[in-house]
Amino acid sequence: METSKALTSTEELEAIANRMRCNIVRMTTAAGSGHPGGSLSAVEIITSLWFSGLMRYRASEPGWEERDRFILSKGHAAPVLYAAMAEAGYLEASELLTLRKLDSRLQGHPDQHKLPGVEVSTGSLGQGLSLAVGMALGLRMGGGDQKVFCLLGDGECQEGQVWEAALYAAQQKANNLVAVIDNNGIQIDGPLADICDVGNLAGKFREFGWWVTEVDGHSHEALIAAYQEALATDFAGPRLLVAHTVKGKGVSFMENTCAWHGKAADAEQCKSALAELGVLS
Amino acid sequence: MSAPRKATREAYGETLVELVQDGFDVVAVDADLAGSTTTAKLGKVYPERLFNVGIAEQNMIGLASGLSLTGKTAFTGSFAVFGTGRAYDQIRNTVCYAKLNVVVAPSHAGITVGADGGSHQMLEDLALMRVLPNMRVLIPSDYLAAKAALRLAAETGGPFYVRLGRAPVGQIYEKTEELALGKAVVLRSGTDVSIIACGAEVEQALLAADTLAQSGISAEVIDVFSLKPLDEETIKASLAKTGRAVSCEEHSVIGGLGAALAELVAKNPGILKSPLKMVGVQDKFGTSGNIDELFARYGLDAKFIQDIVLELLA
Repeated sequence: METSKALTSTEELEAIANRMRCNIVRMTTAAGSGHPGGSLSAVEIITSLWFSGLMRYRASEPGWEERDRFILSKGHAAPVLYAAMAEAGYLEASELLTLRKLDSRLQGHPDQHKLPGVEVSTGSLGQGLSLAVGMALGLRMGGGDQKVFCLLGDGECQEGQVWEAALYAAQQKANNLVAVIDNNGIQIDGPLADICDVGNLAGKFREFGWWVTEVDGHSHEALIAAYQEALATDFAGPRLLVAHTVKGKGVSFMENTCAWHGKAADAEQCKSALAELGVLS
Repeated sequence: MSAPRKATREAYGETLVELVQDGFDVVAVDADLAGSTTTAKLGKVYPERLFNVGIAEQNMIGLASGLSLTGKTAFTGSFAVFGTGRAYDQIRNTVCYAKLNVVVAPSHAGITVGADGGSHQMLEDLALMRVLPNMRVLIPSDYLAAKAALRLAAETGGPFYVRLGRAPVGQIYEKTEELALGKAVVLRSGTDVSIIACGAEVEQALLAADTLAQSGISAEVIDVFSLKPLDEETIKASLAKTGRAVSCEEHSVIGGLGAALAELVAKNPGILKSPLKMVGVQDKFGTSGNIDELFARYGLDAKFIQDIVLELLA
């Protein structure tokens, strides 16, 4: 059985990323709400992990024991997760348009019981890293070689629990854990730097005992290389990619603005966003 | 009640060890209170099964949740005040919303914490836990009931809150077969009044019933081992028989056992002949003192229960 799509061509990854961006815009517009900004910033972080052969999973068997785990700690970026799951084959692309609607499997924030393949329900910020550490330690106890990947927002690093989890991951030398921070620099009320600056995240995590690398969060080549390095290092502890990204990436009027953190494009704006992404509707 | 007095928390680590020996894939996560909660006993026998995250209760719940997602039943520690309140969002949004096999079983619930005072006496935990969807709430009244509650949680699966205490309590049960999810136990049959108690207050209720019996008053005493789900049938049968009820809990009268009974009474008009009386902490914080002093100060001892009953029957 196929365990993950092993795509090496950057062109193919870019095509997937572009389709995902279109779907993020389409589904949030159809929902009339949602979080496009932080979904668009995280696209390449996910495509380079899911569709390059780096992460093991079976869309046809979401509960496959040997799968690597992916936790979306920044649960409000559910649209990017659903768009990736559609690409991976967990659901049909047409279902994406049910996002946030009554009885949809695509809840406003991911719900593991509604949509198989969602590893764990998230939405309350700052909790995913603790879950990831717990999973990493549980899998290690089981003797398996599964990896746990956890995607965090930079804004949620304002939550104290993230640092509680960071300390303990290092204490337990959780070397099967790879976290990624989508460092787009913007939270709902404005730039992090103006609200409560998280500062040098790479330096902070290094000080907390992590292996850290910084990477261009929109370059598939750079991301794949960073993931490979993180997985290959013999460092006896957790690993982190600080991915420098642009909030709203790919849709010019959404880029680098907090206004599009938690707002959907209207029909006209959706059209112009899709035109920018090279499609008509 | 001839056996030595024993705290419900003493059952914790021991039961976890027994569960592992019986084949349960059990782990515990504590927050620098493994000695106090007795989860350290698990770590002594199975060091790989105890995770001590340090003074970080939110991470404690999160870590336990993550561990449960790899097929384990994860028990959490700390004191009730921190193990529920400090990590409430983690319990709500992760443990309960995701319906995980996590048993939140902190120690040091209630006023029987004693000298540590109001900051450490958790009197609102039942209210916080009872209101959460998917959460089941067990309140063991003695050491053996605590063992039964912890085992029941592991066997049943899904989110549980098990309320454990610091102070030794008298033995209530010799056998615990009748302790089950959604069950209240009629410990003493009576016809004049129903004294419906939980946790450390069960012992006080039985003492009060003994004294009342000497004055010819027949009090029924019920142990609400399972606060949620509540054993409405057993309780309704008792209320229909006696027509008078007193709730007794080492907890605020808001949101806990008394409140659950008030909800039941309101849904069954006419079941009581006189208003429900609630023995508990009257919307106050605790204070430092020894247990006897605190029980007297806050109106939680057998004498107080007895006086309430006399008032009710007057």
